[in-house]
Amino acid sequence: MPVARPLSPHLSVYRWQIQMMTSIVHRATGIALSVGLLLVAWALIALASGPDAFAQVAAFCASGFGTFLLVGWTWSLAFHFLNGIRHLWQDLGIGYAPATFVRAGWVVLIGSFVLTALVWACVLTRGGGA
Amino acid sequence: MSARFRTPMKIASGLGSARSGSHHFMVQRITAVALIALGLWVVWIALEMLHMDYAAARALIARPSNAVLMIAFVIASFWHAQLGLQVIVEDYVHAKGFELTLQIAIKFLCFLGAAASVLAVIRIALGT
Repeated sequence: MPVARPLSPHLSVYRWQIQMMTSIVHRATGIALSVGLLLVAWALIALASGPDAFAQVAAFCASGFGTFLLVGWTWSLAFHFLNGIRHLWQDLGIGYAPATFVRAGWVVLIGSFVLTALVWACVLTRGGGA
Repeated sequence: MSARFRTPMKIASGLGSARSGSHHFMVQRITAVALIALGLWVVWIALEMLHMDYAAARALIARPSNAVLMIAFVIASFWHAQLGLQVIVEDYVHAKGFELTLQIAIKFLCFLGAAASVLAVIRIALGT
């Protein structure tokens, strides 16, 4: 008969910290980007196949749902990119002082929105549409 | 169960390092480092392609330097995706049969995605 002991890491008793968000969102954006890779594969296969197949990809990207997904993937990439660099940095043993750790988390979060805005500012000023 | 009758030393030496324990960790980091540069490059290429018609977009990827970088990107990214998804499934999926099915499906899908993408880039580069 198993005893119902509380299980580590006792998530319910922790005060909310930025590290909780960056950790789980890194995984969530990783899953989203894996799905996004299928769009990259689809676009490359279409580009190899011919103008008609490529027009389908362009139409999907220009559609409301397609644009919604692209904005989501842009932010996911920006977040995973910045947080990934933070992880590599920490793999070198740098940045573990609590204040630095917390600040890096906020830099990643705010930076991800800045990068997304930059990319979509480029898209809008170039006036997309293949 | 039989492990209980072994000494701790026996267990340690039996399950110890085969010198490949850090392989997953290292490849995940190496593909990550590669993707810092390749990811930025792919975003730039995608922005370049925005105002191109089909022929210009195809010619852009067909350029040998771009074709090589695109092949590097799809291999590094599908590989990195497989390694990351593997860890997520290991951590959160605890039904043995389902976990094994998912792990194999992820490996197959990532390999097929990478192989199909590489073939597509080669067709674009060679104009076939």
